[in-house]
Amino acid sequence: MEFKLTPEQEMLRDTAREFAEKEVEPRVEEIEKTRKIPEDLIKRLFELGFGGIIIPEEYEGSAAGHLARAIILEEIAYSCPALAFTLQIVHLGQAPLIFHGTKEQKEKWLPDLAKGKLIASCAVTEPTGGSDVMGIKTFAKKENNEYVITGRKCFITNVHLANIHGVLAKSGEDPRHMTFFMIEGDRPGVKPGREENKVGLHGCNTGELILDNVRVPVENVIGVEGKGLRVALTAITNVGRMGVAATGVGIIRRCLDEAVKFANQRVLYGQPISRLQAIQWLISDIYLRYETARLLLHRAAWMIDQGIRADAEVGMVKLTATEGAAECASKLSSILGAYGIMEEYAAQRLLRDAYSLIPAAGTNEIMRIVISRKAFERAT
Amino acid sequence: MTEELQIIVCIKQVPDPHYLSKITIDPVTKTIRREGIPAVMNPLDRNALEEALRIKEQLGGRVVAISMGPPQAERVCRDALAMGVDEAILLSDRVLAGSDTLATAYALSMAIKKLGSFDIVFCGNETVDGSTAQVPPQLAEFLKVPHITRVRKILSINRNELIVERTIEYGYMKLRVKLPAVIAVTKEINEPRLPTVSAILKCYRKEIKKWTVSDIGVNPRQVGLEGSPTRVIDVFSPEVKRKRKIFEGTTDEAVEWIIEKLHEAGII
Ligand SMILES: Cc1cc2nc3c(=O)[nH]c(=O)nc-3n(C[C@H](O)[C@H](O)[C@H](O)COP(=O)(O)OP(=O)(O)OC[C@H]3O[C@@H](n4cnc5c(N)ncnc54)[C@H](O)[C@@H]3O)c2cc1C
Repeated sequence: MEFKLTPEQEMLRDTAREFAEKEVEPRVEEIEKTRKIPEDLIKRLFELGFGGIIIPEEYEGSAAGHLARAIILEEIAYSCPALAFTLQIVHLGQAPLIFHGTKEQKEKWLPDLAKGKLIASCAVTEPTGGSDVMGIKTFAKKENNEYVITGRKCFITNVHLANIHGVLAKSGEDPRHMTFFMIEGDRPGVKPGREENKVGLHGCNTGELILDNVRVPVENVIGVEGKGLRVALTAITNVGRMGVAATGVGIIRRCLDEAVKFANQRVLYGQPISRLQAIQWLISDIYLRYETARLLLHRAAWMIDQGIRADAEVGMVKLTATEGAAECASKLSSILGAYGIMEEYAAQRLLRDAYSLIPAAGTNEIMRIVISRKAFERAT
Repeated sequence: MTEELQIIVCIKQVPDPHYLSKITIDPVTKTIRREGIPAVMNPLDRNALEEALRIKEQLGGRVVAISMGPPQAERVCRDALAMGVDEAILLSDRVLAGSDTLATAYALSMAIKKLGSFDIVFCGNETVDGSTAQVPPQLAEFLKVPHITRVRKILSINRNELIVERTIEYGYMKLRVKLPAVIAVTKEINEPRLPTVSAILKCYRKEIKKWTVSDIGVNPRQVGLEGSPTRVIDVFSPEVKRKRKIFEGTTDEAVEWIIEKLHEAGII
C-alpha cells in the first residue's frame, strides 16, 4: 500500500494551492464583506479546468477523478471554504448526468457544463423534506411527452448562479415514485426565489427554486422514470458529501496552520504559548483530526474512482470532516483568546464556515444511520 | 537564423521559497541542506517560460525547456510541459554534481549547441538558492552571443532583434539587441500562467528527453566539482548596521532636516 499521491495529483495540488494563495486569498475579505463571489473568480475555476474535473474527456472535461477533486477542493477551501463549496456544487450539478445520463444527454449538456457556459444546481431539499426525502411535495405530472412540474425547493446552493437545475420530483401515487429532471433555467415558470443569509460560507449562494407549472420534455428525465431517488442519492453521496468533506478538510488544515502560527508568536509569561502543554494538546488534537479526515477522504475518493460502492466510507468522512472542522475551529478560537472572535482573524470565519457545512448534503445523524447500516451488514 | 523562431528556456529546480526559514547550510560543505524541503521551479524561470510562450503565441515558433539537475528535476520539466513548451530536456549526470556557475553555464551551452540554432535563450535573472545571477552572462559567452540581464519588459520583437527595458537602480535602460541573444528576466516582466487540469494530466503522457554529458559532448573535466574553479569558503549572514542620525529640535525643524537629508541621499 502506498500512502502517496501520484505525480499528476501532486502537480494538481500544487497548482490549486498556488491558485488559492495568489488569486483567492487576497479576495477573501471582499467576499466576506460583499457576501458575493466575484464572477471573474468563478470564470477562473473553469479556465483552469477545475469545473470539469469529473467530466469525461469525450465531453470536454479532464476526467481527473474524485481523488483529484478532493485534493483541489481541500486547497481552495484552505483559503476560501465558500469558493470551494460553490465549486463542489458545480460538480454536484453535473453528477446526475455523469452517473445516469444517456449519451445524447451527456453530449447535449456536459461540454457546456465543463466549460462553465452552463452551471447546474441540484435541487432536492424542500421545507417538508430534508432528511426525509420522501416528504418532498414537488410534483411532476405527465402529459403526453411532457411533464408539468410544480413545487418549491429550499436551501439550494448556486441557485441564483445556475442556468440549469437538476430537480427531484414526485411523479406517481407511490411516495417512492420520484423522477429526476434537468430543467433549463429559461423555461417559463422557473424562478430562483429568496436568497438565504447564512452565518458562514458567505459568498456561496443558497436559496429557493420556484417551479410553477414548468413544462419539461421527457428527454430531460435523467435515469429511469420513477427511480429518480437513486439518481439524486448517487450524486449526493459520491459528489455532494465528498465535496462537503473536502471543504471541511481544508478548514481543518487552515486551523492547524493558524494555531501553530499564533502559538509561536504569542508571548505570555516571557515565552511563546506554544511552550504551554495545554496549547500543545489543542494543537495535537487539530493535527490528529486533520490526518484522520484527510486519510478517510482520500480512501473514500479512491473507492469512488475504482467504482467501489462507498456510501458508509463517504458517510464517515463527511461526519469526521465536518464535526472535525467545527471542533478544530473552536479549538483554534480558544488558542487565540479574544483574538479568536475578532473579525481580523480567520478563526471566527472558519468557525462559522465549519458550522455551515454540518447539515449540508445530509446531516451527521443521517451519516450515522448510513454508517451503521454497513456495520450491521458486515456482521456475520 | 532558423526557419521558425526557436526559443530555449533554462529552468532550474530550487528549494521552495515558502520554506526559506527552514533551510540550513551544511557547516562542512557550505551547501544548502535540501532534505525535507520541497523543490519547485525557480520562480524567475517561470517568468522566463511565460515570456517565451507569449512570444510563441504571438509569432509562432518552438519553445524548448532545458534543466540541468538531479533526476528529481524531472518535475520542473513536467511543469514546463504543463505550461505549454513543445519539448523538455533534462540534463542529468552524476559528473555534473557540484558544478559551479561556470561549469553549469558550460554544460548548458553544450546542450543548447546540440539543439542546433536558436533565436533567444530566456533565463530567470537569478535563482532563489544561489542568487549569483552569473549563469545567464556566462552562458552567453560560451554561446558567443550578446546578453541582457534584468529585463523587465520586451518592447518589440522581430526575427532579427529585440528592444527591451532593462531595470537599473532608479530607472531603466532601453536596449536593442541583435538575435540570437540570451535574455535574463526579472519578475516584473509578466505573471506566469498556471497550467490547466488537462495540461497537467497530458504533460505526464509526454516524453522528457534525458541527456547525459556524453550526449552533448561535454568534457567531464570541465564540469562537476573538479571543473568548477569556484570554492565556497564560507556562507554567513552579514551583519547589517544601519546608519543612525539623531536630530533634536522642533517638529518643523525636524521635517526640514529630514527632507534635506533625503535629498542629499538622492532618495527624493
Ligand atoms: C450550506 C448548505 C447547502 C445546501 N445545499 C443544498 C443543495 O444544493 N441542494 C439541496 O437539495 N439541499 C441543500 N441543502 C439542504 C440539506 O441537504 C438539508 O439541510 C439536509 O438534508 C437536512 O435537512 P433539513 O435541514 O430539512 O433538516 P431536517 O431533516 O429537518 O432535520 C432536523 C433534525 O432531525 C434530524 N433527523 C432527521 N431524520 C433523522 C433520523 N432518521 N434519525 C435521526 N435524526 C434525524 C436531523 O439530523 C436534524 O438534526 C444545503 C444545506 C446547507 C446547510
